[in-house]
Amino acid sequence: IFLCVSPQQEGLDDGPDFLSEEDRGLRAVNVDLQTDATLQVDISDALSERDKVKFTVHTKSTLPNFKQNEFSVVRQHEEFIWLHDSFVENEEYAGYIIPPAPPRPDFDASREKLQKLGEGEGSMTKEEFTKMKQELEAEYLAIFKKTVAMHEVFLCRVAAHPVLRKDLNFHVFLEYNQDLSVRGKNKKEKLEDFFKNVVKSADGVLVAGVKDVDDFFEHEKTFLLEYHNRVKDSSAKSDRMIRSHKSAADDINRIASTLYTLGTQDSTDLCKFFLKVSELFEKTRKIEARVAADEDLKLADLLKYYLRESQAAKDLLYRRGRALVDYENANKALDKARAKNKDVLQAETTQQVCCQKFEKISESAKQELIDFKTRRVAAFRKNLVELAELELKHAKGNLQLLQSCLGVLKGDT
Amino acid sequence: MESPEAARLSAEDISPSSNGPKAEPMLLDDDPDDLFAEATEEVSLDSPERQPILSDGPSPVITPVTPVMISSRADVFDRSPDQDEDEEENRDTFDIQISVSDPEKVGKDVCDSLSLCLQTSLSIFSRDEVCVKRRFSDFLGLHSKLASKYMHMGYIVPPAPEKSIVGMTKVKVGKEDLSSVEFVEKRRSALERYLLRTVKHPALLKDPDVLQFLESSELPRAVSTQALSGAGILRMVNKAADAVNKMTIKMNESDAWFEEKQQQFENLDVQLRKLHASVESLVCHRKELSVNTASFAKSAAMLGNSEDHTALSRALSQLAEVEEKIDQLHQDQACADFYLISELLGDYVRLITAVKGVFDQRMKTWAKCQDAQVMLQRKREAEAKLQHANKPDKLQQAKDEIREWEGKVQQGERDFEQISKNIRREVGRFEKDRVKDFRVVIIKYLESLVHTQQQMIKYWEAFLPEAKAIA
Repeated sequence: IFLCVSPQQEGLDDGPDFLSEEDRGLRAVNVDLQTDATLQVDISDALSERDKVKFTVHTKSTLPNFKQNEFSVVRQHEEFIWLHDSFVENEEYAGYIIPPAPPRPDFDASREKLQKLGEGEGSMTKEEFTKMKQELEAEYLAIFKKTVAMHEVFLCRVAAHPVLRKDLNFHVFLEYNQDLSVRGKNKKEKLEDFFKNVVKSADGVLVAGVKDVDDFFEHEKTFLLEYHNRVKDSSAKSDRMIRSHKSAADDINRIASTLYTLGTQDSTDLCKFFLKVSELFEKTRKIEARVAADEDLKLADLLKYYLRESQAAKDLLYRRGRALVDYENANKALDKARAKNKDVLQAETTQQVCCQKFEKISESAKQELIDFKTRRVAAFRKNLVELAELELKHAKGNLQLLQSCLGVLKGDT
Repeated sequence: MESPEAARLSAEDISPSSNGPKAEPMLLDDDPDDLFAEATEEVSLDSPERQPILSDGPSPVITPVTPVMISSRADVFDRSPDQDEDEEENRDTFDIQISVSDPEKVGKDVCDSLSLCLQTSLSIFSRDEVCVKRRFSDFLGLHSKLASKYMHMGYIVPPAPEKSIVGMTKVKVGKEDLSSVEFVEKRRSALERYLLRTVKHPALLKDPDVLQFLESSELPRAVSTQALSGAGILRMVNKAADAVNKMTIKMNESDAWFEEKQQQFENLDVQLRKLHASVESLVCHRKELSVNTASFAKSAAMLGNSEDHTALSRALSQLAEVEEKIDQLHQDQACADFYLISELLGDYVRLITAVKGVFDQRMKTWAKCQDAQVMLQRKREAEAKLQHANKPDKLQQAKDEIREWEGKVQQGERDFEQISKNIRREVGRFEKDRVKDFRVVIIKYLESLVHTQQQMIKYWEAFLPEAKAIA
């Protein structure tokens, strides 16, 4: 089965497309940014091929670093990851919250459904098949748009960050119009990463155990640890809730189809009745599916994003914690050296370096965490307001359909 | 999805103790509330006019009568002032309300004994208001009697509820075992609908067994052989259908009406089953949605607690409250889905099986008639042979047999005509009722959906300013 999907395709008929303006504005959703004329980045197009997605990254800039004022390149998901990892591994950026990497585009579930549909083609009517195919196309389109949005948000966060936007790798990413040839990590590197994470989490516990002198960071630590866990839980639960909602909408779809058949077959007055109700359910079903999709976008995605951001913030605290431990160790070493009167100068230099590193991280970390809160509050506000507005819009739409149908059916006796 | 509970219950039902005759007076071994001595009956015992067409059973069960009147869902089955030209009865005065309530635990079966209350102005009944207690097996017994009396005449006898509830969705939330509560309500509601359908049938309403069932405070315990479940009766009907199908004689359908109707019912059966399955799936998913929404609400509340920005924290708590209310909405909607639509569809799937059974009975009648004709032919041939054999007594016997079979053939033809006529009338009545039932139920269902959306709007409208207040 061949699916034709492109970001310009409007998958759903009545009402505004749920991802049109909003995904452009997603930039401003999760990221409280002043869009800056000096550097503007967006994903202007994307192409879904069999195994990969190709994003067209479009840049507009007045900065002198770039050869032109406006240009585009094509990038794949692995290249985004490479960029993200290069930030994480850069010691200079230890004091910043590194914008979380976008999740891998995952069309597996959709693909599986598509396959099942193909296999079951013989067992359903032509109408049913066409309907389900349209459903799947719409779903595919939704996932596609989401992944585009996630990748875009990442780039925008980087572009908005006063320090990260100047990063050389970032500029290469934006401008170099050839393939960056960043292969995905091979097994050995993945294993290294795994161990690094294990060490980090063990350390994390260690470091977290040390009570911070600074009240601000102590509070942030406690807050982030708890918040992160709860966001994780909420994210999972919201996903489950939305999945049930989708399943219910699918059932209504099937009910509408069967009612239609009943309507065409019935020999009594009920035939008109069934046809009308079938029509109604077709429409309400679309609305229910839209509700689930909007909840997914405004609630589930928000929570997922802040799950990743809060992890990035935790990572920052960890790095600061490490720097603190290093600093304290350097102090102890200095004391020891002074006591023994051996290698004092070296110890002093080490201590000074550690001190500077720690203070630098602490200073930028404080600002980053304050910004994180501001962004978070703004994002939640925007999304919760939009969620409520959309829920209201759909409920009113549903209500109107139901009432008008009831009016016809009741008057039809 | 068959719950182990329901399976266990059905096993209890079939256990000999609940159905078998007992020699001891009124002793119900498994009845914890032995209600004997305190019988404060407000209603007099059986009036002498009743001639029960029942087997001589064991001593009756005497139970106290508590005339509890709970408004029934009988309004769904409100009769219409339709006049069917073949109807002898005057439908205009159809005024009968039945409610089934007070399910009581008898032994391990949570819903075995129920109160049955009848309110009517019809003259066939000796009183305006009656309340009696019945056991589940009594209902089944009634149905099996009616089926054996009327089905072969082409009457569509409404099927009794199943013993085991297949496809019952279970949601265990909290300490209360919801599945048991649901089971009780489902059975209670099913029995009520069963009775209402039965009395709506003009012939069945006048049946002495039905009247006794509704009115008499004592009912002899159903003998085990007669207390077949609804499923049992249907199996019987299906076996008859199979037997008919296996017949080598193809029926010459002279009447296109029957062929057409059979095809229509066949199609209807297929679609209703499909619809029923989809609705059951919807009920299941809505219940799931309710549970998941409740779970998300709790999680959102926790998130609100740990959020250190005050206004956002408050908004998240409000969100949690909204979601909690919505989960209750989903729960209620799922109930409506179930009790209005799903149960109606289930009833009609079973009813259509009864309709098909009636068509098969007609075929059986025709076959019998054919057999009789074949027999008659044979007897005539035999007689012709005997004419030349000089055996006067055998000849006389043969002549007698011919007369006998001529009678049988005539009877067979009359039976066939009668059943055909009955079926036409029954199907007409059935279709009228079907149209009414579906219309009423669907409108009710849509109204429930309207209510849900109205509540949703209320909740989200209350939340919106809270979200906007985040500063």
